[in-house]
Amino acid sequence: MADVTMAQALNGALRRALADDDRVLIFGEDVGTLGGVFRITDKLQAEFGEDRVFDTPLAESGIVGISVGLALAGWRPVPEIQFDGFSYPALDQVISHVAKYRFRSAGTVNMPIVLRIPCAGGIGAAEHHSESPEAYYAHTAGLKVVIPSTPIDAFNLLLSSIRDPDPVIFLEPKSRYWSKESGELEPNGLPIGRARVLREGEHGTLVTWGGMVPRCLQAAEAAAEDGVSLEVLDLRCLVPLDLEALIASARKTGRVVVVHEAPMTAGFGAEVVARVVEDAFEYLEAPVLRVTGYDTPYPPAKSEEYYLPDLDRILGAVQRTLTF
Amino acid sequence: MTPADDELARILDPSGAVVDREAREALDLKEEDLRAMYRAMALARQVDLECTALQRQGELAVYPPLLGQEAAQVGSAYALGEEDFVFPAYREVGVAIIRGIDLVEYTHFHRGTRHGGIDNPVDRRFAEVTIPIATHALHAVGWAMGTRKDGGRGCAIVYFGDGATSEGDFHEACNFAGVFKAPVIFFCQNNGWAISVPLARQTAGKIYRKADGYGFPGVRVDGNDVLAVYRATREATDRARADGTPTLIEAMTYRMGPHSTADDRSRYQPEEEIEQWRSLDPLFRFRKYLETEGAIDHAFVEQVENDAGELAAEIRTGIVEAPPRNVREIFEWTFTELPPHLTRQRDEVVAALEGEEEGAGG
Ligand SMILES: Cc1ncc(C[n+]2csc(CCOP(=O)(O)OP(=O)(O)O)c2C)c(N)n1
Ligand SMILES: [Mg+2]
Repeated sequence: MADVTMAQALNGALRRALADDDRVLIFGEDVGTLGGVFRITDKLQAEFGEDRVFDTPLAESGIVGISVGLALAGWRPVPEIQFDGFSYPALDQVISHVAKYRFRSAGTVNMPIVLRIPCAGGIGAAEHHSESPEAYYAHTAGLKVVIPSTPIDAFNLLLSSIRDPDPVIFLEPKSRYWSKESGELEPNGLPIGRARVLREGEHGTLVTWGGMVPRCLQAAEAAAEDGVSLEVLDLRCLVPLDLEALIASARKTGRVVVVHEAPMTAGFGAEVVARVVEDAFEYLEAPVLRVTGYDTPYPPAKSEEYYLPDLDRILGAVQRTLTF
Repeated sequence: MTPADDELARILDPSGAVVDREAREALDLKEEDLRAMYRAMALARQVDLECTALQRQGELAVYPPLLGQEAAQVGSAYALGEEDFVFPAYREVGVAIIRGIDLVEYTHFHRGTRHGGIDNPVDRRFAEVTIPIATHALHAVGWAMGTRKDGGRGCAIVYFGDGATSEGDFHEACNFAGVFKAPVIFFCQNNGWAISVPLARQTAGKIYRKADGYGFPGVRVDGNDVLAVYRATREATDRARADGTPTLIEAMTYRMGPHSTADDRSRYQPEEEIEQWRSLDPLFRFRKYLETEGAIDHAFVEQVENDAGELAAEIRTGIVEAPPRNVREIFEWTFTELPPHLTRQRDEVVAALEGEEEGAGG
């Protein structure tokens, strides 16, 4: 088996989707000749033609707005927004229409749109290129929110997202684009909405997603050296949330720390904590804690190392739950 | 689109010869103004090359070059008054030079040590660097409306690219400016490309003609002719000051460099096109003109080159030797008064850093 990067895996999934379903369309800024600023759509225009894969004018509201119309005309749009920080001009279309069309048509019209957005930080990028907008989308009823952390998951989750009849916000953690995994780019039927235990443990659970997954695995590794056995749960999808897996792990270990890049206040971590408290309260040995980005705008690149959760902060929180 | 277009306002042709003598005579520019404009263009070019080099050496995170757009930036900025407010996008180092912006401070944006790039933008009449495309066009309109309500003379100028004219915010800004008679100059540097997307993918029409639909004048000018750009902007500020009439200026120029230092333009930008525009270089054109007129001599050109080298060196030293910023800033800049939850977060970071220092010391 060969090593694939997440960027290659996503490119492979898009190629497969275009080949399998001639109603799939890919469009956005610089996705054609350039193949996207991260090359996720590399060579797709050359292979499938300008009718299927095309550059649009520079207008995010337009990109998402035409997706609604294309869906009404029976196409399966897979638009790309260039960066997290540029997804906001499209929020009106996403919130007012993409998320609500099915509801407003009394369940008679589906919106099979997958909006791909490279997200989050840790790559030393300029302002507006490192944001974690998942909570805005998760809070909008009618949207599914997917965020893979490994190449093979990215491949499979993107394929299931494209096949899904409902709209999916597909967040791609930029810091994971160049991560490698050995495996085949063959669909394994993984549905969206399933979390994954990446490491089994007894004393506590780290719940996380996206760019923070490898850091949590490192933290678990480090804790193991001190005889602390941590479970690491990669949510992979925020909506629908895999409550079964989350609650099972919380009940099993009795200690939960949620780790994410986005700011703490009203971040998706708050939702995770609430679910655990609601459904596993009697199993808990300690308060459920969060280790997150701070409640400031995403800082300049040179300060991001202080902003993003690091091993010390994660292990510090674990320690607090152990000594509670 | 090359500057052979009929509707293109021009004073100098690409060889530096005057093609519109009447327009040239009518310009209120003294010889020292011409020299100052040339100097600013040369400084802009040198600073730009230095920033590109600094990025290649890992001192800057990313940098979007203005190479080829010096005349558009300097010609327009030179036409402004002190009271006018500049709303830049992210490529406007040439404008920053004319407006006396501290370039070390400005370059910290590209180093990744701060956002925005400008302290006290209101006093300095130069807004923060703006990356979200076209969003700042509305800020320019709002400032112009507010200033007019106060009876002020100032007008706003907003810089943006051809790609920006596709965004809704651009159109909303034009519409507001037309409806409220906001004294704004919409200055589009049409450099042919929006990253890899050519102009034809942004509009099936002409950018300057979009002004018609909003009820104010639109002009297209040779963006590599600094005098023509100056004249168009000067006329626009006159109109704006007279009765608030906005103007859309489309300066036809070309992006001679990559979109940014992170861009691989060999994937999309035709070599022949770059070559064709190389012969339309704005700095060469203006220098030829000034030499022919006897406004500058060899010694002056050499002096300017020296000054440019010194400025570039100052930026290099300033940026490379700048002390690291204090991490407290990001907390303290968020709100006017630090709320309890942020105080707690700030103290946590500061305590961790102090702990690290002690650990390292002991
Ligand atoms: C709202 C938004 N969408 C996308 C981007 C990413 N982006 C940065 S520059 C750029 C192209 C801009 O082209 P243009 O307006 O012609 O200006 P130029 O870069 O040529 O000066 C794009 C798509 C952005 N910064 N903001
Ligand atoms: Mg452009």
